[in-house]
Amino acid sequence: MSTTYQYVPKPKIVKGDHTFGSITELITKTPLSPTPKLWYLAFGCANLLLITLLGAISYLVWEGLGIWGINNPAGWGWAIINFVWWVGIGHAGTLISAILYLFRQGWRTAINRFAEAMTIFAVMCAGIFPAIHVGRIWAIYWVFPVPNQMSAWPNFSSPLLWDVFAVSTYFTVSVIFWYVGLIPDLATLRDKAKSKISKLAYGTFALGWTGSFRDWWNYEKAYMILAGLATPLVLSVHTVVSFDFAVSVIPGWHSTIFPPYFVAGAIYSGFAMVLTLMLIARKIYGMEDIMNIDIMEKMNLVMMVTGNLVAFSYLMEGFMAWYSGYIYESGIFWLYVVGPYAWGFWILMFCNVLTPQFLWFRSVRRNVGLTFLISIFVNVGMWFERFMIATVSLATDFMPSSWDYYSPTFWDIITYIGTFGLFFTMFLLFLRFLPMVAISEVKGVLPQADPHNYDDETQEYVEAPNEPIVVKQEQTV
Amino acid sequence: MNSDNKKVHGVLAEFRNPKELIDAADQVRKSGYKDFDTYAPYPIHGMEEAMGVKKSPLGWIVLGGGLTGGVGALALMIWVMTTAWPLNISGKPLFDIPIYVPITFELTVLLSSFATLFGLLYLNGLPQLHNPIFNVERFSKASDDGFFVCIESSDDLFSEDKVTNLFRDHGATHIETVYDS
Repeated sequence: MSTTYQYVPKPKIVKGDHTFGSITELITKTPLSPTPKLWYLAFGCANLLLITLLGAISYLVWEGLGIWGINNPAGWGWAIINFVWWVGIGHAGTLISAILYLFRQGWRTAINRFAEAMTIFAVMCAGIFPAIHVGRIWAIYWVFPVPNQMSAWPNFSSPLLWDVFAVSTYFTVSVIFWYVGLIPDLATLRDKAKSKISKLAYGTFALGWTGSFRDWWNYEKAYMILAGLATPLVLSVHTVVSFDFAVSVIPGWHSTIFPPYFVAGAIYSGFAMVLTLMLIARKIYGMEDIMNIDIMEKMNLVMMVTGNLVAFSYLMEGFMAWYSGYIYESGIFWLYVVGPYAWGFWILMFCNVLTPQFLWFRSVRRNVGLTFLISIFVNVGMWFERFMIATVSLATDFMPSSWDYYSPTFWDIITYIGTFGLFFTMFLLFLRFLPMVAISEVKGVLPQADPHNYDDETQEYVEAPNEPIVVKQEQTV
Repeated sequence: MNSDNKKVHGVLAEFRNPKELIDAADQVRKSGYKDFDTYAPYPIHGMEEAMGVKKSPLGWIVLGGGLTGGVGALALMIWVMTTAWPLNISGKPLFDIPIYVPITFELTVLLSSFATLFGLLYLNGLPQLHNPIFNVERFSKASDDGFFVCIESSDDLFSEDKVTNLFRDHGATHIETVYDS
């Protein structure tokens, strides 16, 4: 009998031969060098879309909700679909920065800053829709519990009000989390910047950070607490969004599977969006060493798991429609599959259930082009999922006599397209002026960062001995 | 530099890598210094033992924020729903704990997060308009790839020569006196 052990090297998180200095150089290069022409072009396009959005909103406020395609049975149209879609996309950022932090996943450092920025901008886009959907936007402050001249208060038993609190808390906490993470990196930019204006701007927001260990000690504690707070928060946000539907008694909505199903779907679409953006940005900004293929593969795995959770939820919806014996519930199910919106259902099935199955193959998970394609499909599929949920249950409700076909108008469409203008305007500003990767966190996961990787005698860095993460055992009797 | 009429803030020493920095911090602590700090571009794990830093009290601040948020949210909702503006909506009970859960949770998290941010800034003394340590030109490396220790003149045992010798004995690559202005 013999046993052989084989040491399998643990793959490095940051590829290439990077030192602390080269990491600083790589990441601060973009914010500190002159603006490239291509950026102006992209920013101009994004601004045009943003102006479109502002125009569409202005016309909506002027003319009223009648410019949208919402009709009598279907009172919630694209606005709610887009809201849920954008909020869902936001979930990836907090999942990466908070949940993966608590699980000590070092690879998150490559993408957390990027994904958190995406979260904040996606939630901004999301927040627009319910706000403008109230009709009289000048009375929007009624949703907040502030004393007013009518001495009226909001109705705290309404899931729509819970949503106001959930989304605004989510946005605020995401910004705080993002900013706390940025402070040390802003200090790096302050110290690296040459021009007076950038020194002043970065210096102001760095608040005088020195990198003192006593400060880092509180900082790490703060980061952990924020991660601990954001973890239940991110799960609660889409849960509360799903309550908008699930707490009602409408068939197809009134279902206990909605909260977990919505959360899984949110993470699924969020990872798809992070991948879409990351695969473009890493190429343009030369971040391949940090946002490398290993990280793409891990994200693909998360997408595969959540995608299959979503697929399982679809299956359970069909099962419950039959098992409950409730005719309206099964009616809605059949309307999904063969009803007037069945085309949407089959697009959704194709994009959300079929495409992630390709991720079972390692070669697909590590293929940049295919991953990009799948991420686009998932983004589209998740939009159609919300379209089906919001539309079918309303447009084809209990009595066929009241059914109507819902279709969007020109204004619905350009408002949605316009939110991409807001999103990309913000995102391009972020890429241009802020470090797109968390500098101090990436340094922290370099092998040189660990004092144990230094020789006791010479005090020099020694390439870490391969860590035995996989032990191969062969036994012969 | 004319240093005769300037107040000494402390002595700053640079080390090559995190290992040397930890060893140096350990020596500084063992030599009995209290007012000293180490500076690095990322938090070095194990430094808390070398420097003898106590547990951060931030958790208590956050607990205060969280309790304020949670209790405040509950109190507001109970008062509004039962006293200030009781509305009968589809016969739902007015005092109904389950419907208060989402908003209580959200406000607990919200105020805890604010407490974390402001607690962090308070404990670290930020924002700080001026810090003498930035007078040292080399110190801009601390946010890039430099590893520094600074023993401050406020320490009872502080003497410029003694501290400089201590750093030299432990292999500092650069030693510089930090002045207040």
